[in-house]
Amino acid sequence: MPQHELILLKNMMQPGYTGSLVDYEKTGGYQALRKTLGKIAPADVTAMVRKSGLRGRGGAGFPTGVKWGFLPKDYQGPRYLCCNADESEPGTFKDRQLMERDPHQVLEGIVLSCYAIGAETAFIYIRGEMVLGAKILEHAIAEARAAGYIGKNILGTGIHADVWVHRGAGAYICGEETALLESLEGKRGLPRIKPPFPATHGLYNKPTVVNNVETLANVPHIMNRGPEWFAAIGSPPKSTGTRVFCVSGHVKRPGNYEVPMGITIRELVYEHAGGMRSDKPLKAIIPGGASAPFFTPAHLDVKLDFEHVALAGSMLGSGGVTVMEEGTSMVWAALRLMEFFYHESCGKCSPCREGSSWLVQTLRRILAKRGHMEDLETLLDLCKNIAGRTVCAFGDAEVAPIQSTLKYWRQEYVDLIHEAEAVNLIKLEPAGRH
Amino acid sequence: MLKDKYGKEIEDILSRYPVKRSALIPLLYVAQRDQGYVTESAMQEIAALLRLTPPQVYETITFYTMFNLKPVGRFHLQVCKSLMCALVGSDTVLEWINAKLGIAPGETTADGLFSLSVVECLAACGTGPMMMINDDYYEQLTEDKLDRILSDLRSTGTSSLKTGPFMWPEPTPAERAREA
Repeated sequence: MPQHELILLKNMMQPGYTGSLVDYEKTGGYQALRKTLGKIAPADVTAMVRKSGLRGRGGAGFPTGVKWGFLPKDYQGPRYLCCNADESEPGTFKDRQLMERDPHQVLEGIVLSCYAIGAETAFIYIRGEMVLGAKILEHAIAEARAAGYIGKNILGTGIHADVWVHRGAGAYICGEETALLESLEGKRGLPRIKPPFPATHGLYNKPTVVNNVETLANVPHIMNRGPEWFAAIGSPPKSTGTRVFCVSGHVKRPGNYEVPMGITIRELVYEHAGGMRSDKPLKAIIPGGASAPFFTPAHLDVKLDFEHVALAGSMLGSGGVTVMEEGTSMVWAALRLMEFFYHESCGKCSPCREGSSWLVQTLRRILAKRGHMEDLETLLDLCKNIAGRTVCAFGDAEVAPIQSTLKYWRQEYVDLIHEAEAVNLIKLEPAGRH
Repeated sequence: MLKDKYGKEIEDILSRYPVKRSALIPLLYVAQRDQGYVTESAMQEIAALLRLTPPQVYETITFYTMFNLKPVGRFHLQVCKSLMCALVGSDTVLEWINAKLGIAPGETTADGLFSLSVVECLAACGTGPMMMINDDYYEQLTEDKLDRILSDLRSTGTSSLKTGPFMWPEPTPAERAREA
């Protein structure tokens, strides 16, 4: 396996590392906080993060420092930071590891980010199912509070930052930043119409930043080692740093692999994840979570960074890489993902609420060999009328599996429909005799 | 009344939020922990605590799948059926459960011990097939493991086969040595 420096997973690779405050401090933990608070101006912290090129690890890949810079400079009231730990994108399981194995790394990132944006309160919105993760974070917060890293007058600098864990309750859409804010306000998790953006009208209508767990976990390292160091890792200038890729599906060694951005899908799948689990060859890859269009074996040499994946027609998204072997039905795979989106559609926008149900029904019909050739047009027509016509990006995401499988494996749909027609002919025959 | 039983916890939850309604989901969790599901009277009490109308509580609770509005079995098995788990055999896990407990998704065993649900992605795609039972994750399920989990639950109410704190793959000694 190629050697490269680990950043986020480095601590937890140490023998006996428990993620406790003592362990974290031994590896140089909270040094960035000591170096930064009261010594580097908040605006300069933002400038450093901007210079590092750090981009959001949750899905959209928005430059973090730029996002922070959108907060109004002259606003006197409270501001909030929300750590998006609602990891629910099928194929993604990195934040869970970062929080459960090295919670202080995330917390240090949160406090540093609070300082940069002038927030005195941060909420970690963690998905409801991660009961253990929430307990671990709460324990870590108590440790950090007792040691003076969190709370009032942090390290005697006069800076306050309190951190609370808030559990969601099982809704994928709450990973969308404005739905997360609605949910945190105790309402149904329906995304808000943007603008206004959370930077000016966020939690309780106050200036708010929402950042993913992995994004925030990178911040202490940027402060410790400088933005230039970070900006040189990966695939500069636009995709800097490492990514924790979550490999799942038909590979020998599924799991989380932290690699510099810009390695190829082939390296990730065949060198890190050990290649295919059996002698069946690779058939399809999803490069960035369920919302990302499928890739074929022809895309194995696509570099895993924001630009190259987008150029090849998909998206790097949340870093969930799913591998499927020959013999997997792509119609079935598209249906499984579509059932997910149907279940998780929040119901606010008609195209998504109704369209996702139609898409599921049409796919089920085709898979059950009751389809017609017109169904393929129906599918594409529905996709066209959902994408771009909803309040949030969920609409664009849900059509990705269908559009991409129809693009690359149309014949599988056609074969199922032809079988359906053959079955229907046989069924009709006896009726004709009477 | 929740307030008599969990007064200090409720106060602590309320103190975290500048706007009361934010405490709604955390308080619903308190109610669910108390009874195994959220009763109508609990919803009414929480509404009064937060100065909300009961419909405001109801509209919120019905959006979130983790709240039970009806009693469920003592052990609530939630099997992930999303694509990534399905690729590695989640449908087979459902068949095993059906064969062993005689329940399909949405059903509870006659003795009230086990309820089964299918759920969407639980963020354990690299360690599928997997399921959640009450608050715990059980990953990389095999038939043998499932047997042991069910028998552990029956005899002791919990199982040492639950997983976490999560890290996968666990590093090899050589990899650990390189990072040390």
